[in-house]
Amino acid sequence: MNRYRKLRTVAALLLFVAIVLLFLDFTGVTHAYLGWLAEVQLLPALLALNVWVVGVLIVLTLLFGRLYCSVICPLGVMQDIVARLGRKAKRNRYGYSKAKTLLRVVVLVLFGVLLALGLTSWAALIAPYSAFGRIATNLLQPLWMWGNNLLAMGAEWMDSYAFYRVEVLWRGAISLVVALVTLFVVGLLAWKHGRTWCNTICPVGTLLGFFARFSWLRPVIDRSKCNGCGLCARNCKAACINPKEHTIDMSRCVVCFDCLDSCRQGAIRYVPRRKQQPETASKEQPEAGVSRRTFLAVAATVAVTGVAEAKRKKVDGGVAAIVAKEAPARKREIVPAGAHSVRHLTQHCTACQLCISACPNRVLKPSNGLMRLMQPTISYVDGYCRPECTRCSEVCPTGAIQLITREEKSSISIGHAVWVKKNCLAASEGVQCDNCARHCPAGAITMVQAESYERAIPTIDTERCIGCGACEYLCPARPFSAIYVEGNDEHRQL
Amino acid sequence: MQTNDKKGLSRREFLRRLGLGGVAVVGSSAVSCSSDLVTGNKTGNGLVGGGTMTYRTTPTTGDRVSLLGYGCMRWPQVDPTDRNSPMDQEQVNRLVDYAIEHGVNYFDTAPVYGRGLSERVTGIALKRHPREKYFIATKLSNMRDFSREGALAMYRKSFEELQVDYIDYYLLHSIGGGDGIPTVKKRFFDNGVLEFLLKEREAGRIRNLGFSYHGDVKAFDYLLSLHDQIRWDFVQIQLNYVDWKHAGRRNTNADYLYAELWKRGIPSVIMEPLLGGRLASLNEHLTQRLKERRPEESVASWAFRFAGSPEGVLTVLSGMTYLEHLEDNIRTYSPLEPCSEAELTLLEDTAQRYLRYPLIGCTDCLYCMPCPYGLDIPGIFKHYNKCINEGNVSATSGDADYRRTRRAFLVGYDRAVPRLRQAAHCIGCRECVAHCPQSIDIPAQLRKIDAYVEDLRQGKEF
Repeated sequence: MNRYRKLRTVAALLLFVAIVLLFLDFTGVTHAYLGWLAEVQLLPALLALNVWVVGVLIVLTLLFGRLYCSVICPLGVMQDIVARLGRKAKRNRYGYSKAKTLLRVVVLVLFGVLLALGLTSWAALIAPYSAFGRIATNLLQPLWMWGNNLLAMGAEWMDSYAFYRVEVLWRGAISLVVALVTLFVVGLLAWKHGRTWCNTICPVGTLLGFFARFSWLRPVIDRSKCNGCGLCARNCKAACINPKEHTIDMSRCVVCFDCLDSCRQGAIRYVPRRKQQPETASKEQPEAGVSRRTFLAVAATVAVTGVAEAKRKKVDGGVAAIVAKEAPARKREIVPAGAHSVRHLTQHCTACQLCISACPNRVLKPSNGLMRLMQPTISYVDGYCRPECTRCSEVCPTGAIQLITREEKSSISIGHAVWVKKNCLAASEGVQCDNCARHCPAGAITMVQAESYERAIPTIDTERCIGCGACEYLCPARPFSAIYVEGNDEHRQL
Repeated sequence: MQTNDKKGLSRREFLRRLGLGGVAVVGSSAVSCSSDLVTGNKTGNGLVGGGTMTYRTTPTTGDRVSLLGYGCMRWPQVDPTDRNSPMDQEQVNRLVDYAIEHGVNYFDTAPVYGRGLSERVTGIALKRHPREKYFIATKLSNMRDFSREGALAMYRKSFEELQVDYIDYYLLHSIGGGDGIPTVKKRFFDNGVLEFLLKEREAGRIRNLGFSYHGDVKAFDYLLSLHDQIRWDFVQIQLNYVDWKHAGRRNTNADYLYAELWKRGIPSVIMEPLLGGRLASLNEHLTQRLKERRPEESVASWAFRFAGSPEGVLTVLSGMTYLEHLEDNIRTYSPLEPCSEAELTLLEDTAQRYLRYPLIGCTDCLYCMPCPYGLDIPGIFKHYNKCINEGNVSATSGDADYRRTRRAFLVGYDRAVPRLRQAAHCIGCRECVAHCPQSIDIPAQLRKIDAYVEDLRQGKEF
């Protein structure tokens, strides 16, 4: 294996493992260290108007070609992993094909139009990073959690607090199906044809392809050495090597350096643009071992398959059954603090669902709304937006949920509580209850002994309410809470 | 006030240098200083650890009373495991001898103590010493029988049992019980018993007349309002560093009680300085903080020093069953080193933390279950107590192992009790309260735990 390829493989695997971990981690430990991996993705950086990242990525591409696609993009690396397995099954399986430039440009334009229309989540269906994010969140994280729960069982048995049990939550059919379909389509294409997805559909690939045409370093075929065997083309995942013309389509080449290895004549070299005559270089000793080991380690990490069901706490006879909560029909949905408004979130979110996988309070769920497909939305059925947590704002790479501090969060009103008298135990059943008032972190709920009521009833000062949902989640009325949060059109600073 | 404080301090400093020991200094700035109480520090009878017992002098009779008083409610029994076992007279004699030898001269009993045996046992033990060596306190425990005859019979019986012809300190027992003032009137006024006792005092058979108080503060205020006519020689109150400011709903803060007495120049006799023994062993963290200040002194000594520090305290009663406790308490008061301002602050802080972390007296009997809202009440208490016992409840978020204890508490909480059955879901309907045989205020305890959990989850500093 040549040193370029080795370097590329190791770097790609490291970044891939890291970003997978970022999505799997429900504890929030890695977010501080790995959060940047999401931020350096091109589409999130564009949406976040992150000039630095976009600039660096373009310069990187102008220098080295589409290195982004083979190293940084997790969906790209995932395809390489699948493709490698495919090549194990059948060698020399690829071949040159012409660039489908028209299709690529049309898809890219369509993608841009959808973004401009604010249908970000629809556009994001084919965006590589968020497509991968949905696969990780919906397919990998549950496995990871089940694995964790196995360990937690062991830890509990040994009286250790090293692992704790988490509830593996159902995140909705749409996200699951989309993730499965994405995995199937991309995976199948990768297995059979390598990087077809990247070179026909992927808008980021097309965009970077424009810049890659002019890249300074590039693989070049030395006609004097080439014997026209075509092995390079048959091993090119990107199907971009035309052996007859001795040309390589740099708009599609993801600089994986596989061709350098496949050429038995040593005719292909990665050299600066104008330097058409390759120098004689010292022979590289192939060293397959290192990358294989790395690969196996990655495979083991990624495929943590704790299959066993998490042990459910047995409900003994001594406790009353608890009816599951149901979300009320809200006029306006709720989005996390830092998102400013549903509109802002809709326009900026690529639905990578990193926030959903990171939410420790089981509040963020994929939306089923047509305009906001799979983007995060808030439900207080399984928990509430706890005052100490700002994780979604920390991990969001696109600026859809902008970074906020705890202090800022405590003064951002994302919604306001609404009292439903007929559900309220204090009002309708005369039960002494102040659980909403007691848990309101904003002090927006006061129990008032109003006339004509047997018990004190909760009253809401909407000007102080931040919409965290503590009242809704902790209300004893089930399945519908007697107090629930209605989203604010625009988040406001209290 | 200020000048007096300064005087006290400089004098204490002076005496300390002489090695004679401490003179009481006003423990709290909350009390005014109009008392004619005399505090003294004269040579005691015995030595434990080299010092001499601190004495306080009563304003009305001039008695020099040892700051440590012997509570005679918990005399050792022949068989400590059998609640019906008779008192171990021999051991009681030894304890009394030791106490008197080391300067203790106040013995507090009551007709109802020790299944009605305490007065006799105490009398036997004290009879072996010269009468002028000790003061006897006993009470009129006419809580059930309000008749004059019954009260007088009880009064006379005490002389018999104690084998004395005068009683140094006589108390109207447990004022504030029942329904407060009406009960007081029935017990002592309507039947003329108080009038009788006042005459007994004039006759010298009662040298000091006072009352002991628990419960309804109106009764306390009422009796004090009669001070001008009755002239209480002393009053017995519950005082310790927890009850000082945090007596809770069913009792009255000791700072108020003490201030009311101090204002009138009435000496306070202190009961429950250890809160029923609970302040003798605090949890690991609180213990450690006290030990950091005074490594060689017991946890109980802090409570005794607190109770003994206020100048208006005549004596601090302790029901000592074991010689070691007696020794320790004598050591604490020989002489008393009053609590400094910093120490008082530490103890107030300890009280606040103590109130936050006392074990919950749940026996897991499940009578409270099922909670209509699905809470696992005993499960929550069990987890909380377990964490306290295992040192997984941090006193402050600054503790060295705070991160560990926080994790253990929270992870263990989710393991022990499913989230939907945790304390956050208690709505305070109070249906459980009536069922609890331990009289635990279950909703209050659950809220306390919930508040702690919330502090942990939010990572608040506390």
